[in-house]
This record gives sequence, structure tokens and C-alpha cells, in this order.
Amino acid sequence: MPCPLDAPLAAQQPSDRPVPGGDPDTVPRVSSAISVRGLVKTFGATRALDALDLEVAAGEVHGFLGPNGSGKSTTIRVLLGLLRADAGEAVVLGQDPWRDAVALHRRLAYVPGDVDLWPNLSGGEIIDLLGRLRGGLDERRRTDLLERFQLDPTKKARTYSKGNRQKVALVAALASDVELYLMDEPTSGLDPLMEAEFQRCISETAVAGGTVLLSSHILAEVEALCHRVSIIRAGRRVESGTLQELRHLTRTSIVAETTRPADGFTGLAGVHDLAVDGRTVRFDVDSAQLGEALRRLGECGIESLTSNPPTLEELFLRQYGEP
Amino acid sequence: MNNLTGSGALWRLILRRDRVKLAIWISTIAGLVYAQAASIIGLYKDPAELVAAARLVEDNAAFIAMAGPPVALDTIGGRTAFEISAFAMILSALMSLLLVTRNVRGDEEAGRVELLRSTVVGRHAPITAALTVALAANAILGVMVALALVGSGLEAAGSAALGAGIGGVGLFFGGVAALTSQVTVSSRLASGIAGGVLGASFVLRGIGDIGNGVLSWFSPIGWGQALRPFAGERWWPAALLLAATAALAAGAFVVSSHRDLGAGIIQPSPGPDRAAGWLTRPIGLAARLHRGAFAGWAAGLFLGGLAYGSVSGDVEDFIGDNETMADLVAQGGGSVVDSFLATALLVLALISAGFAVQAALRLRGEERAGRAEPLLATAVSRPRWAGSHLGVVAAGSVLVLAAAGLGTGISYAFVAGGAGDIPRLVGGAVAYTPAVLVLAALAMALYGVRPGAATAVWGALAVCFVAGFFGRLLSLPMWVQDLSPFQHVPRLPAATFSFGPVLAVAVVAAALSAVGVFALRRRDLQS
Repeated sequence: MPCPLDAPLAAQQPSDRPVPGGDPDTVPRVSSAISVRGLVKTFGATRALDALDLEVAAGEVHGFLGPNGSGKSTTIRVLLGLLRADAGEAVVLGQDPWRDAVALHRRLAYVPGDVDLWPNLSGGEIIDLLGRLRGGLDERRRTDLLERFQLDPTKKARTYSKGNRQKVALVAALASDVELYLMDEPTSGLDPLMEAEFQRCISETAVAGGTVLLSSHILAEVEALCHRVSIIRAGRRVESGTLQELRHLTRTSIVAETTRPADGFTGLAGVHDLAVDGRTVRFDVDSAQLGEALRRLGECGIESLTSNPPTLEELFLRQYGEP
Repeated sequence: MNNLTGSGALWRLILRRDRVKLAIWISTIAGLVYAQAASIIGLYKDPAELVAAARLVEDNAAFIAMAGPPVALDTIGGRTAFEISAFAMILSALMSLLLVTRNVRGDEEAGRVELLRSTVVGRHAPITAALTVALAANAILGVMVALALVGSGLEAAGSAALGAGIGGVGLFFGGVAALTSQVTVSSRLASGIAGGVLGASFVLRGIGDIGNGVLSWFSPIGWGQALRPFAGERWWPAALLLAATAALAAGAFVVSSHRDLGAGIIQPSPGPDRAAGWLTRPIGLAARLHRGAFAGWAAGLFLGGLAYGSVSGDVEDFIGDNETMADLVAQGGGSVVDSFLATALLVLALISAGFAVQAALRLRGEERAGRAEPLLATAVSRPRWAGSHLGVVAAGSVLVLAAAGLGTGISYAFVAGGAGDIPRLVGGAVAYTPAVLVLAALAMALYGVRPGAATAVWGALAVCFVAGFFGRLLSLPMWVQDLSPFQHVPRLPAATFSFGPVLAVAVVAAALSAVGVFALRRRDLQS
């Protein structure tokens, strides 16, 4: 089982950060940064992308979720023009990622999830290399990021650990002055302190108006950072929306103590995993039935009530788990 | 013995991973030996012809430098051993050293050994497993060579001696690679150093065989040939090869006992915190990535050139008043010495093509390791990326060839000629640039169209070698020989330079490169 969501981490975020899952109207929707329609990519007999749709608005941090092998990395590689789509349409920053790859790459930065670096180049050299090939580095930000991520740039890439290799790619991307960041599990291998630092960096980027497509399995990270989320499975998008919108699709957990034993819940539509233990009652309830469930609880006399909104993880597990 | 625990399981793992590769290597080498024997048998039906042909070769320093000691050349077996043994030993050595570095240092570099060693697997098990696979592969190779020769109707003892020599030299270089895999921290460097030892062995025995033979005893290839197949076999040099391999393995165990996982003796030092301006352009990065390999090849070829140049002064003495030989040389045009130097430059050019091929295949390595991906996600187009590597390969090839010519020229000027010979020989070597680049371009074309098939370019290089040295001896059809771009470059300094064919070869190289770059633009990047 994955760890439960680290809700306090999300609560520690600086207040100048846009509220994740907040009102979609507060998110600037100037235009579409990424627009994907009916994307198909096959590798031999495997259909990696099966008519995928994906919409990322300019200026938003968009969570991109899905189980292993669901096509997240393939999608990002198509968006980079590294793979050629078999069918469908992908437009990134108004350009065709296959045809206009070079022009487009001046405007975006990419962080792969598994970074292999040139073993005999130092981290500093690689950061400069990737940054300048992209069109230039912000010197001040480079210095700042090296310090924040506590990365020694004089070490040869051969001697870096997985987490440090990841930092090299992160610093190279975040020090670039670009409009769009494509991140494919960018924090794999980072420790919790660095993970928090990464979240601060992405928040700052979002405030500055950058667009981020964040593929991740760290749900706390997605919950803390992302305005909107798309969930894909087997090469298709199964859900997309703000976290609030997605929460409507799932259940709230209720734990209550009542003055008299709670009855009348058995068989009630929308109530799941009911457990009555004396005067303590626990159940999960579909969002649509929440009002009705609370009304019945009220009839039993509520002494205490704990209600947990569905975590992204629950959302996620339900989406993944369904056949 | 705890250090060896798990060797058996790793042995099976290596065999499972490399069985196809090893089967191809073994059958190719045994097939080459068989084809060689068959062609000699077909070529010399009359013993008198064989004797006459032996006369021609016996005193030819160039042939001896390339092949081995001229013994029993008037027999079918002796002639076969003379022509194929050095080449087959180089191939078995390459098979073994690549096998060992790939499975010992390569796996350690990739982090797979760490995972294995966390299980019940001893410290020395990876080395032991790789070396015993090398032992088995070379034993099978030796037996197959012997059987192929016996099947052709040659004497059993000589056949066994040639098989033992080829397998023994292969095993020795497995041992060399086991040691270099412990000393260095990258499999590239480990196989590079082992390859350097192989090159030095070949050159040493060449010089030794031309001279009084002492230097041949410093070369494992010399030991392999000292088994004297078909010329009164002696067996103790095989024991020498086995003992030397055991000593190398023991050395590898000693280093392995004293080092940390992932470490070597040669440790990486810290680097600069900022990139130099030149590095942050694709061409600069490519130059940096090829720098180490280039330096190794250039140094090796310079030394090879020095070795050939140093014996060139004696060539005339070897030929002496052998009129047949003089006639043969005259057909090629130029003096006996020039003809020898021309052959030396051809060898060095063919070896230089090894650099070009290896460097061009780096593109595929970069893509497979996932290092091309972040680069191509920046504002660098695929043609620019591939072009930067090809540009460095082209410039590097010119310089590697020049180093070979310079080495030859310097030592020739020292022993026989004058300073004026240096530019003549550098020019003669550099004239092979278009031919060398055809192979790099072929690698690019294969890589662009079908990256999985790119390494087949090594086969093309092997064909060029065979066409260059054995084309006439094997009486290969002319069109087969003409497939090699090296056949179309004038053999300077013996021949006169003509621009046309060189230009045509250059056009082929450019066309193949263009095909590769075009195909690369159109396909998916693999990861």
C-alpha cells in the first residue's frame, strides 16, 4: 500500500502560491498551452496511446497521473517531438511538436524522470550545456537553485546519486527562462527536503506565469501544486478537471459518535464500508448522497463528527483499481 | 572460497545474456579459418605452386609483419596458419575482452552488480563467472577451429595447435580485461586499455617476426603462434598462455579484494563548476565526448606507424636479389620500400576506420542511454546533433590518419629516409580519409534507418580488412574486393595519387551520411 497522503505538507505551502484545486475562474486561461486530440501511438502491437485527449491551459500547473505503463512518458515524448504520433493532433504553444521541434524547444524545458548524464562531465558543465542549448540560462537563478538544491556542481556526473542526477536536470530546466515545463516524474529520488524545495520552485514558476505539465506519482505533490489534473489509463484519458471537480466523483469518509446507536444506514444508497461499533459509526459516502447521510446522522444525535474529504490517493486508487 | 559463491549462477546468467553474441563470434571465427583453409587448398593444387608462392612470401617483411613467422609455408596447413592465425587471434581476443568488460565493469557501472552482490554472491563471483564463460567460449572456439581444419583434410596435430593458439590468445585477453575492469571505473576505458594491449601485442610480434624474433616473446599473439601449427608443433606456449591468464585473474582478484563496489584504482577527479563556452555548442560537446577515444586511437596509431616505419629500412635486405619479388613489387609501381610503406599505411588506415566506426556508433549509444533525449528536447535539431558528431568523427579521422602517417614518417626518416619523407607519408595516410569516412557514414546510415542493426558496420569493416589483405590470396572475385572503399584509394607512396577515385569515395560517404540523417529525422527516438 502506498503511504497515506501527507496532508500537512500541503498545508505548509507559502501563502502566495495559487490555491490548488481552487476556483477554476481564478486560473488565468489565456489560451491553451497544450492541446492534444485523439492522439494514437503504437509500438508494434502495443497501443501506447489510444485516442488520448489532453488540454493544458496557459499558466496552469497541470497534474498528469496514471499507473505505470499508462502512456504518460509516451505522451510527453510526443509533445517533445521525440516520437511521431500515428494519428491525432498535438499542439504545444501553438506549434506542431514534430515539425517545429527546434523552435518549440526554445520555449520549453524538459525534466526526464530517469536522468542518464555524461559520466565524465561535471554537474555544472551539464547544467550550462543544457541551458545554453535551450537558448540561455538565468545566471542569478542558476546560482540560487544550486544553493537551494544543495548541489555541488564540480562533481563528475559519474559520482552523482540518483537524486543528485535528478537535481542537475531540475536546475538546468528551472534556470531556463521558458514558457512551458514538461516534467516526467521530476522528483524521483529526491529527499523530502528537496521535494519541498521543488514544490516551492514550481509554485514560484506558476506565480511568474509559467505553465507546467507535471507527471507524478507523488500525490501530495500533485495535490499541493496542481490547478487541474488529468488521469490517464491504458493510453486514454479517464478523468480531467480541478481537484474539486474530481472530488465530486468520489466519496467522503465520515466518522461520527452519536447519542444513540446509528441505524438506518444499512442499505442506504451511496453509503459504503459501513461499520457501526456501539455509538461510533464509520462509513464512506458518495458526494451526491452526503446531504442525506448527514441528515440521518443528525437524527441520531451527533456528539462528534470527523469528515475527511476524499484524498487524491483515494480518487486515484479508485480510478486505477477499476478494471 | 566465500568470495566465489554464486559464480555458477552468474555463469548461467552471462551465458543466457550473451549466448547469441558468442555463437556469432565463434562461428564467424571458425568459419573464417575454414574458408581460409578451403581457399588455400583450392588455390594450390600443385605442391610446386605452393613452394613458389612460399618463396614470394618468406622474404616479404610486410606480409610477415601482418601475419606471423613464415614457417612451413610450403605445406597447405602451414600456409593456412600463416595467413589466418593473427587475424583469428585478434578476433578471439576482441570477443573475450568485450565479453569480460561488458559483464564485469559494464554491469557494475550500470548498477546491476550492486543488485546481484546484495544477494548471496561473493566479491569475486562476477570476475570468475565472466572468465569461466570466456574459458568455455574459447575452448569451444578452439575445438571448432580444429574440427574445421581436420574436416578440410589437414593433420590433426597441427589443427589442434592452431585451435589451441586461437583459443588461448582469446582467453589471455579475457584475463587482461578482467584486470582492466578492476582498475578503471568505466567499461569503455576498461576495454580501451585491453584493446591497447592487444594492439601493442600485434605490433610487437610483427617487429619480432621480421627481426630476430625476441620481441615476439613479449606478445601473447607471438605465444599463440609459437605453438607452430603444422610445423613441428610444440605445446608448452599454450601452458604459458594459461599460466599468464591465471596470473591476470589473480591480479584481478587482488584488486577486487581491496576496492569498493563501483570504484577502481583510477578515480574520477572533480570537474569545473562552469562549462567552457565551446562545450555548450553541440559540436563542442561532441568533441568532448570523443576526446578520450580519439586520444587513445591517435596514440596507438602513431605508435603503430613508428613500428612499421622502423622496420621499413630493412625491407630491401629481406627482398635481396629475389627477382620474382622485385617484379611483383614493380607491378605495384615504386620501390620495394615504398611498396612496403604503402601496405603499412593501408593497415594503419583500416585500423583508423575502427576509430571512425566506434565514434559514429556513439550516436546510438547516446540515444540508447537516454542522453540524446534531454539534448534533443533543447533547441538542437536532430540533423545538427548527428552532424556535430559526424563532423567530429571526420576531423578526428583526419587527425588519427595523420598521426599514423606521422609515426611512420618519423621513424622511417630516422632509419632510412630524410625529413622530406614525413609529409609524403602523412599525405599518403590522410588520403585514406574518404575511405575511412565511408565506414563512419555507413554506421550513420544504418543507425538512422535501423538503429538495432547499426553494429553490423563492424562486419563491413571486417570485409574491408579481408579484401585489403587476403583479397588476392583468397582470390576473391573482383567485385567483392571492390566493395571495400579502401581498394579505390591510391596506395601511396607506391602508387601515384589520382583525385577522381578519392572524390568518388568521398561522394559515397556524403551520400550515406545524408541517408542516415534523413532517416533519423523521420523516425521515433528510442529510449
